[in-house]
Amino acid sequence: MRFSTAPAPHIQPQASVRGLMLGVLAALVPGVAAQVWQFGAGVLIQCLLALIAALACEASMLWGRGRPLVPSLLDGSAALTAVLLAVSLPPVAPWWITVFGALFAITVGKHLYGGLGYNPFNPAMLGYAVLLISFPRTMTAWLPPTGVAAAQPGWAELLDWIFRLTPPIDGMTMATPLDTLKTQLGMGVALDQIRSSPLFGGLAGAGWQWVNLGYLLGGSWLLWRGAIAWQIPAAFLGTLFLAALIFFLAEPASFPTPLFHLFGGATMLGAFFIATDPVTASTTPRGRLIYGSLIGLLVFVIRSWGGYPDGVAFAVLLMNLAAPTLDHFTRPRPFGRQRR
Amino acid sequence: MAIAGMTEWFGFHGGIQLDTPKDLAAGSGLLLCPLSPRLIFPLLQRDGRNAKPRVTVGQRVLKGQPIAGGESPGQPFIHASSSGVIAAIDDRLLPHPSGLSGPCIVLDADGHDEVVEFAGVTDYRDEAPEVLAERLHAAGIVGLGGAGFPTAVKVRPDGVRVDTLILNGAECEPYISCDDALLRHRAAEVLEGARILLHILQAERCLVGIEEDMPQASDALTAALGGWNGDGIEIAPVPAIYPTGGEKLLIRVLTGREVPADGIPAEVGVVCQNVATAAAVYRAVVLGEPLLSRIVTVTGTGVRRPGNWLTPVGTPIAHLVEQCGGYTDRAERLILGGPMMGFALLSDEVPITKSANCVLVLTVAETAGRRPAMACIRCGACAEACPVELLPQQLYWYSRSDNPDRLAEYHLSDCIECGCCDFVCPSHIPLVQHFRAAKGRLAARRRERGQADQARRRFEARQARRQREQQEKAEAARRKKELLQRMSAGQVASPAQTGDLAEGRTASPQSRES
Repeated sequence: MRFSTAPAPHIQPQASVRGLMLGVLAALVPGVAAQVWQFGAGVLIQCLLALIAALACEASMLWGRGRPLVPSLLDGSAALTAVLLAVSLPPVAPWWITVFGALFAITVGKHLYGGLGYNPFNPAMLGYAVLLISFPRTMTAWLPPTGVAAAQPGWAELLDWIFRLTPPIDGMTMATPLDTLKTQLGMGVALDQIRSSPLFGGLAGAGWQWVNLGYLLGGSWLLWRGAIAWQIPAAFLGTLFLAALIFFLAEPASFPTPLFHLFGGATMLGAFFIATDPVTASTTPRGRLIYGSLIGLLVFVIRSWGGYPDGVAFAVLLMNLAAPTLDHFTRPRPFGRQRR
Repeated sequence: MAIAGMTEWFGFHGGIQLDTPKDLAAGSGLLLCPLSPRLIFPLLQRDGRNAKPRVTVGQRVLKGQPIAGGESPGQPFIHASSSGVIAAIDDRLLPHPSGLSGPCIVLDADGHDEVVEFAGVTDYRDEAPEVLAERLHAAGIVGLGGAGFPTAVKVRPDGVRVDTLILNGAECEPYISCDDALLRHRAAEVLEGARILLHILQAERCLVGIEEDMPQASDALTAALGGWNGDGIEIAPVPAIYPTGGEKLLIRVLTGREVPADGIPAEVGVVCQNVATAAAVYRAVVLGEPLLSRIVTVTGTGVRRPGNWLTPVGTPIAHLVEQCGGYTDRAERLILGGPMMGFALLSDEVPITKSANCVLVLTVAETAGRRPAMACIRCGACAEACPVELLPQQLYWYSRSDNPDRLAEYHLSDCIECGCCDFVCPSHIPLVQHFRAAKGRLAARRRERGQADQARRRFEARQARRQREQQEKAEAARRKKELLQRMSAGQVASPAQTGDLAEGRTASPQSRES
């Protein structure tokens, strides 16, 4: 009897790219829910806008490059990029901000480099950085969290703000806690006084602390499932905590507590969902530790002395550049070989 | 790898936990495969050479008579596994991943199973180790775990002291249970073989490594050992993690010693043998019986009645599968070996060889629809699974760009092709296939470079020779000219005396000009 042949192994792999991406999307749910709770339904509108723009762009890029549409569209990577970008944007950002960011992320950040797996930079963060540099005013106009604002805007108001061409009126929006901290410290206001504002909660920025807890929860689930390596979040958060602790102890009047850094801004989103992007991160165990901890350090440096209130996007992009070199110099010792 | 257990073992990196449908065949007991009317003995040896036939077509041979090979300890004997007439010596499909044909001896069995006389030693302890090793060579014993390395060579490592013998009973690949069956039914033979090997190696202790999920094999061994540990034999359960049964990994797990990447186990004082090899050693030394049969697991959802069969070497796979009730309707792929490292066969006409431990038949459901490979997302799951601690994601990158320097730097040659990386890859990239191809290209390049080097050396030698000849000629001409000048300056010489000089002058234009 004759048989068809194929190379070993002869049993099917269990995991899939799609499964991984959908797992990460599912893990985003608690964080996004907290964001909706604190900043209103605008977050969902941004997600939807980004998803539509990213998937349409992905489809047209694939078509233009003559690649099969279905496997790549269904692998969930473009959707993940869209959601990561959308949750980084102010909930009332005008529609064209979101659409432009998503298009830039997918086109320049991903397909111009050869598509999924070949991009050196995290596409969502590339999109975010381009928006932040190009439209700094719009990008820093956040809504105050629930409890600080009298009431969250309704659907009609949100849609009106997002889909009109002029930016929302200043009175409706507010700087983020990190932004406020940076501006006021710069003006010589004492830290105690700044922190007594209603914009600050027990752990970190009001509202933001809940969002960070949500992402921490989802991220822990990813860790527990083994979907992401522990080294990057652990090194990121550990280094950020240590750096913040040292400066806080040295000068408590002008440096906020380490907890403020851990549960403020985009820390948890960055540590579990952005820095862990497999394509653009380091892939060796030791490389991941260095990669994560340098991101943590850069976040602290940019927040404390940089020109922008938060530094996760820039820190990640800068370390994306270093990832290939880190990988090369942190190769593990193969079995039966002497350590170099 | 912290797993609670009675024995303490050393960990290794990575590995994967596989569902092991071993009970499929393990429940059958040990079955005797009836004699096939036709037996086939491929002459191809593991070193790539063909064994020399010792018989001619039409000759009648007896069971146990050497029919090929045996020229040196590295070239094991091949014995007739039953009596009959040599029907042909010709090219046939080989049980080899290449799917190529090669010379085989074909024996038509006469059914009498007439045996040459076997003579064992009365007490192996009275025999010198080299005499016993010679017996193993004469009995055609090779490693039965799959690699088929000649045992006579392995038990005589040059110039190193071996203190530990490891018997490998860790069948880590799914489906395979032939060693389990052997240990359950012939534990005493395995242990006696271990004692003989200890004597040949002059080693102190023997560790029998078996997987934790083989309790019956463990019980049988313990019973055969009789609770007495005076001869240094110890049963050592090891974690059921694939690929614990890999030789170097098993040595690491049991002794904590790491065999150098380019080295052999003897360099760290260990020799590792499969449990079935130990049983064959016992039969060769004590009963004087050559290696004529082995236990083969025939399993998978593609055969009707999976089981473990004591099979004469040379039995065509088709005959063996027939004993199992034949194929099911959905049988799709025929694999020699396990699902992780075995290779698919084109046809079931090929025979069982000494190193064939398993015939696995898978159905469409298990094999079909290997999802298409997608781009590598550099998740690093492969690096986490790699037991050798390589970086498959980097090797994949460099094998695609065909970068030989980087491939060497990332130690492609250390890849044991266990398939762990393949199994965990979310992008379904056939990594091992890429690595095998890259290894092949590297070997081809090395060969080409060797040939080019040789050609260059030849060319350079020729250039040097011609240059030397020219120099010698010029030197001779110069000396002649000097002589001529001295002669013309001193006294007038007759043309007859300078006749040979004139010849030199015309041959060398430089000397004429000077």
